[in-house]
Amino acid sequence: MTYIPAEKLAEDAIQTLEELNARTEPLKPKDRMAIPAQEMPSQDPAVRRSNMEEVALGYTPEQAKLEAERCLQCKTAPCIAGCPVAIDIPGFIQAIADGNNQKAADILKKDTLLPAVCGRVCPQETQCQAPCTVGKVLKSVDKAVNIGRLERYIADWEREQGLIETPAVKPETGKKVGIIGTGPAGLTVAADIRREGHSVVLFEAFHKPGGVMVYGIPEFRLPKAIVQKEIDALTEMGCELKPNFVIGRTRKIQALLDEDGFDALFIGTGAGLPRFMNIEGENLVGVYSANEYLTRSNLMRAYDKARADTPIFDSEKVAVLGGGNVAMDAARTAVRLGAKEVHLIYRRTEVEMPARVEEVGHAKEEGVIFHLLENPKRILADERGWVRGIECLRYELGEPDDSGRRRPVAIEGSEFEIDLDTVIVAIGNDSNPLIRQTTPGLETNRWGNIVADENGKSSIDRIYAGGDIVLGAATVILAMGEGRKAAAAMNEMLADS
Amino acid sequence: MSRILEKKQLSETVFLMRLEAPLIARERQAGQFIILQLCEDFGERIPLTVADADPEEGSITIIFQAVGKTTKQMAAMEVGEEIAALVGPLGSPTHIENFGTVVCVGGGIGVAPLHPIAQAMKAAGNKVIIIMGARNKDLMILEDEMRAIADELIICTDDGSQGRKCLVTEPLKELCEQDPKPDLAVAIGPPIMMKFCAETTRPYEVHTQVSLNTIMVDGTGMCGGCRVTVGDETKFVCVDGPEFDGHLVDFDNMITRLNSYKKQESEAHNCKIGLKAGEEA
Repeated sequence: MTYIPAEKLAEDAIQTLEELNARTEPLKPKDRMAIPAQEMPSQDPAVRRSNMEEVALGYTPEQAKLEAERCLQCKTAPCIAGCPVAIDIPGFIQAIADGNNQKAADILKKDTLLPAVCGRVCPQETQCQAPCTVGKVLKSVDKAVNIGRLERYIADWEREQGLIETPAVKPETGKKVGIIGTGPAGLTVAADIRREGHSVVLFEAFHKPGGVMVYGIPEFRLPKAIVQKEIDALTEMGCELKPNFVIGRTRKIQALLDEDGFDALFIGTGAGLPRFMNIEGENLVGVYSANEYLTRSNLMRAYDKARADTPIFDSEKVAVLGGGNVAMDAARTAVRLGAKEVHLIYRRTEVEMPARVEEVGHAKEEGVIFHLLENPKRILADERGWVRGIECLRYELGEPDDSGRRRPVAIEGSEFEIDLDTVIVAIGNDSNPLIRQTTPGLETNRWGNIVADENGKSSIDRIYAGGDIVLGAATVILAMGEGRKAAAAMNEMLADS
Repeated sequence: MSRILEKKQLSETVFLMRLEAPLIARERQAGQFIILQLCEDFGERIPLTVADADPEEGSITIIFQAVGKTTKQMAAMEVGEEIAALVGPLGSPTHIENFGTVVCVGGGIGVAPLHPIAQAMKAAGNKVIIIMGARNKDLMILEDEMRAIADELIICTDDGSQGRKCLVTEPLKELCEQDPKPDLAVAIGPPIMMKFCAETTRPYEVHTQVSLNTIMVDGTGMCGGCRVTVGDETKFVCVDGPEFDGHLVDFDNMITRLNSYKKQESEAHNCKIGLKAGEEA
């Protein structure tokens, strides 16, 4: 990927749009597919390597219009089936093409509460954009209509115009619902339940709400102000927020139901227990979980060295283990914190990487060194017990495994070393044990995830759950989708009781 | 937000604070800790043990040593001022039952978290022998409170300014040599003290519980910064502990990890101390 300056993209779009507007006859599918897919304007890699500001700058109006005109408005709308919350994608894109941004915003809001977030962090290329007809015909998912970028464009437009209205709340019902965790699942459920007139209390373990959107996803990918806006909307609706409140410790689930007058609870605590590789040297000084590294930098603002009290390593040479979005976030954070070399080590190939294609591209532009088909064997210590390097093995792809992906197989005798001072482990999360351990009768599976039915109902009456605590580590949009289903079921249950 | 109800200086660098915290006071049990923060935007989150709690009044008592940025700032705060964020109680409570004879060993400020445990052990019917150690007489804290609980109280100082002139491991060894030997030892203090307490009891096979205070960010299992090696396993102090079998803890690795940020901390010390409020380094 070569970097194209934002100004150039904007100029090209103006010109292309003029040519398009000069046409007299209506656009045929062939014409639409001839419109160039609009690249996301972004900060210059050389500049953004040393700032925390958002990398992707968002479409210009001309780019949005052009991208919307690329949509064929397929009757079958395969994109909708690819969206976990089934947004009316052709509908909102048509509204953009028609120049009616407000209508586009209204269509989005019917199905998603967090369009500004999802437009930025959804893995669109494996969801709505994967089955897009335009991409299929042009034989590349990269050429599909950029649905996510259009979603972001509309959400940002509405917010920047100051047009976001606080959703209406029905008359008070006197029923009270507790939401545990303020990540994407919790925020979604809070909004949907509050709308029906039930009172809502949100419990957050950290001192700030937002869950993974605040502690995990960095500012340069999802500005905190956007998340705060969503939370402000909830407090304006009358939801009460209790930060510094750890359910299971500060108060147990059963006490909330039996003594504190909650009629129902939703558990959306996420997948907060970092996994390690169980290799030699993982407890050396200089080895972080990605959760810790990102929390220090994001939530605790360690990147702001002059003002923050929370320290983070002044790393020179960093290795990040993993190939997901969290790995990309950690690698790109390390770049911004001043590391001279950042290595990303992944045991499969780029095709199997779970990270969003855009983030992989951005990481490469920023100079992250990719080691594919390699995997660490052990982390090496210096005489003080600090990280001095990592020993890796080279891999090759073998037969497909259960996930359908070809299993990476170690090549014997292929050991080699990389000199390092920091290792960040980003290979996923297990489920957090706090609620499970303190709530007798709450059924969990063998991975510790809460067992919930298709409506998010757990094994205990009046307790629902959704998001990563049920799914295992997944995505913002899936958490939101789960949350919406659970909220609908909870509203129904509350109406009947 | 949590208001400071009382502040007492126990020694040159050790302070006691009673904080308004009704929810934590109601739920907390011996062995648990809290995390606090002085500024929600830029403050660090630090774990501190709870020395006492009064559910009626809705208050908890913490005892801390002014050694880092936050604890030094706290030492300068007065009654009526507020701690920006306080969360807890965190960690698993101490397993309390009637073991028989329990030796509670506290070193320096470790006597603070030991106090509620000794209290609970006594209430469960144990014979409680307390060994308290400090560098010198001035650094000895909670002596009266511990005396009120103990069936037997042994005080030692490094310089002999109070009680016996020895390390806490010396009376601990003597107790282990007695017949019957203690049924359980609980040791809380500086990591090096806990390490040597565990080494002292090991040959006598006296089960030795230690309470670890490692670097933490969230305190709920999310970051893993607090991890320690216990036997063959990696454990998280915040959710699996803070108490572990002292005979299995890799103290050397833990001590190394505790020093992770020594460099940054001394820089913070160099550039911020001595400046007036609001002045930039």
